[in-house]
Formats: sequence, C-alpha cells, structure tokens
Amino acid sequence: MPRIRKTIPGVDPRLLIKDAAALMPDPARRKFLRGAASVGALAFLTGCDIVDGPTAESALRVVSRFNDRVQGWLFDPNKLAPEYPESAMTRPFPFNAYYSEDEAPVVPAEGFKLEVGGLIDNKEPWTLERLYALPEVSQITRHVCVEGWSAIGSWQGVRLSEFLKRLGADSRAKYVWFQCAEGYSNTIDMPTALHPQTQLTFKFDHQILPRKYGFPMKCRIPTKLGFKNPKYIIAMHVTNKDLGGYWEDQGYNWFSGL
Amino acid sequence: MASIDTATATESAQLVIHPVWVRITHWINALAMLVMIGSGWQIYNASPLFGFTFPDSITLGGWLAGALLWHFAAMWVLVVNGFVYLALGLASGRFRRKLLPIRPGEVIADAMAALTFKLSHQDLSVYNAVQRLLYLGIILVGIVIVLSGLSIWKPVQLQELTALFGGYDAARYVHFAAMAAIVAFLAIHVLLSILVPKSLRAMITGR
Repeated sequence: MPRIRKTIPGVDPRLLIKDAAALMPDPARRKFLRGAASVGALAFLTGCDIVDGPTAESALRVVSRFNDRVQGWLFDPNKLAPEYPESAMTRPFPFNAYYSEDEAPVVPAEGFKLEVGGLIDNKEPWTLERLYALPEVSQITRHVCVEGWSAIGSWQGVRLSEFLKRLGADSRAKYVWFQCAEGYSNTIDMPTALHPQTQLTFKFDHQILPRKYGFPMKCRIPTKLGFKNPKYIIAMHVTNKDLGGYWEDQGYNWFSGL
Repeated sequence: MASIDTATATESAQLVIHPVWVRITHWINALAMLVMIGSGWQIYNASPLFGFTFPDSITLGGWLAGALLWHFAAMWVLVVNGFVYLALGLASGRFRRKLLPIRPGEVIADAMAALTFKLSHQDLSVYNAVQRLLYLGIILVGIVIVLSGLSIWKPVQLQELTALFGGYDAARYVHFAAMAAIVAFLAIHVLLSILVPKSLRAMITGR
C-alpha cells in the first residue's frame, strides 16, 4: 500500500521528528521500538508499516485515548471501591516509586503551604495546620499497581470533593492537576475528583503520613491505578486543560480507572 | 432417487468444510491471540506470579507501557471477533452440529486411536470426539480469559465479576491459568495441523 506523505510548508520534517521523539524519554522509547519491531510478522494485518515504530505507536495511542473515553463512560460516580477490615491490611505496606526509598523527597513540615490555583475562588495557600483541621474520613482499600500487584492500606484525610468545595472550585471544570515535590505530576478527571472515596490524604494507618508514603500529602483514589495516586503533593490546580502526568506522558493509559 | 439426493448433498457439504465466516474469524482470532499472549507475557513480567519470567525476545511491547497499549488495543479485536464467532456459531447451528454430543467413551477411544496414529482423517467435516472436547473446551476457556481479564482491568466498576473469581489477586491466577490452557491448546493445535496439512488448507481455502 503506498504511503501518503504530507509535507507541511515551512516545517522542517527533521525538527518535527525531533519534537515527536522528545515526547518519550530515550531509554523507554528504545525499548518500545524494539518491541514494536518484533511484530514485523503482523505487518500484513493492517497493510501499512506497522514495523515503523512511530506508526504503530501513534495508532496504539489513538486506541488508548479511545479507551480513556470508554473508561470515562464506564465510571460510575456512585460505585464505591470495596472496603476491607483492618485485619486485611498488607503489612508492611510496600514503598513504590521510580526511585528508591532513600531518594524519596523530603518536604519540611515547617513553613509548608499547599499551593492551590486555577479555576477556584480562594487561592490562599493552605498550611498543614489548616489542612489537618478539615473533616476527616477514613478508608481501608486496595491499592492496585499498574504492574499487577496489589496491597491493602488504610488512609485518612479530607474528601477531595469537600476540599474543592472549600476552595470554591468550579466543579464544571474538566480536570484537577497535582504537582509533586520530586517533579511528579498527575491530571485526573473531575468526576473522579468528586467521587466520595477520592481523598486528600494526610495519614496512613492513623499516623501522620510518613515520608515513605508521601508526606506531606497524597491523593488517594481507590478507583484508579496506583500511579494515578500522587504523593508528596505541593500544589493543586483546577483546570480545563489536560496537563498530563509523569507516566501518562510516557505511554501509560491516561484514565487508568479500576 | 432418494439415495442420489443424499449423496449430492453430502458431496456439496464436503466441498466446503469451513464456511468463510469461520475462516475469517479464525485467523483474526489467531492474530489477536498472538498479540494478547505476547503482550500479556510482558505485563506478567512486571510483577510475576511465579518464580519465572518470560524472555524479552518472545514478549511484545518492549516495556510495560508498550505491552499494555498492545494488550488493551488487541482486546477489542479479540472481543468483537469472539462475539461474531459465538453469535454465528450458535445461530447457524454449527456448534451444535459439530461439537455435540461429547461422549466420554468416544473421547477415550478416539484419544487412544490418536496416540497410536490410527485416527482417521478422511472426512475433515466431522470432528472426532477429542476434537469436539478440545474445541468446546477452548471456547469456554476463551470466555473465562475475557471475563477474568475484565475483572483485573475493572476490579471496582465490575467488582461483582471480580468477586466471582475470588477477588482481584485470585482473578490474576485464573487469567494466567486460562492463558496457559490456551498456549497448550495452541501448541497441540499447530502440531496437529502440521501433521495433517490438509486440515490447515481447509482453514485457508475452506476445502
């Protein structure tokens, strides 16, 4: 099948390719292409260059966006994740990140303020003292990692919907974006942000969240995969723009609902 | 007269062993299965259930994110194609005609005959008892692998289904076991199609 190549006037194709390549960090990209190349035998399936890594990759990303929409449609705002008794908790609860535990960010409690912004009325930053004074809810739920393993933990904090209400957030906005101390970030959809079990978490097992679990706070979302539960949160924005996220930008599914 | 009519009917039935919808869904399923298995092995490697991992050279996707993209894309092909196959198989009466009845005595007798290379392959349009058992069995395994996969993918939205498999962690083992059954079936299926090449030809040309 002949391939149609469109040239955009005034755009240097080499620069375009460079830009596209920058979408994924090098090691991951190489790994992805190696896998894509190994399905050369499947090339005849579509009749086009599936072995051409970027072609396969962009096709797969289109399907992934489609899967986001399917999951958004499947998401029931009233369906609660199963809760467990304390005896079911996984002890010790695993530390998990793309860095080792001793490399986890250290956020000093003293003088800390959560920055809030975007489509909200009250943009005054929040001290931990004020955050801890918010009405507390508790849950013992299953954390499911994208890798497949799962662990049951106990988290306490304020309902994110309650916190958004106090910020005077525009609940018609599409997303909530989280910025974390180590540079990690996440964007979640508003229906999930308003889910009754979505929690801005300050405690693990009734103790102030230790550094290994994300001090000063994490966003516990039992309806999403673990990597969509940001830790070490230092800023939060309500927005209509999908600002992506650390893993999502590298090819993991954006919605990642459970 | 009556006997001639019957003979003609049998003859034309023998001309087409596999109608075109069987052949198309078979090969689409074969490709979707290869993608699901290859990417599934890569996903397994990210958090192995047992004391082994699959060599990178036989997995698909390169890394976890790539494998997940493949898995959740091929999933649609597998499920849509599977629905078409099941719907046509049930509606046309092919399943009932070809796969039933399954009698234990015949299964044992045909298995013995197969193992001693005495099984007849004269008429490919009639499945022997072992084939019936395996083909019906693999359809059921196919249903189990899709349902267990759904319960791993959506343990909150489809939590009732997940509970049916004994919870999230148990569903992963069920999904793995169903994969293993399919791979074992695939190995035997491919081996036998090589030993009886006209069966492979029938799945391509229909005759």
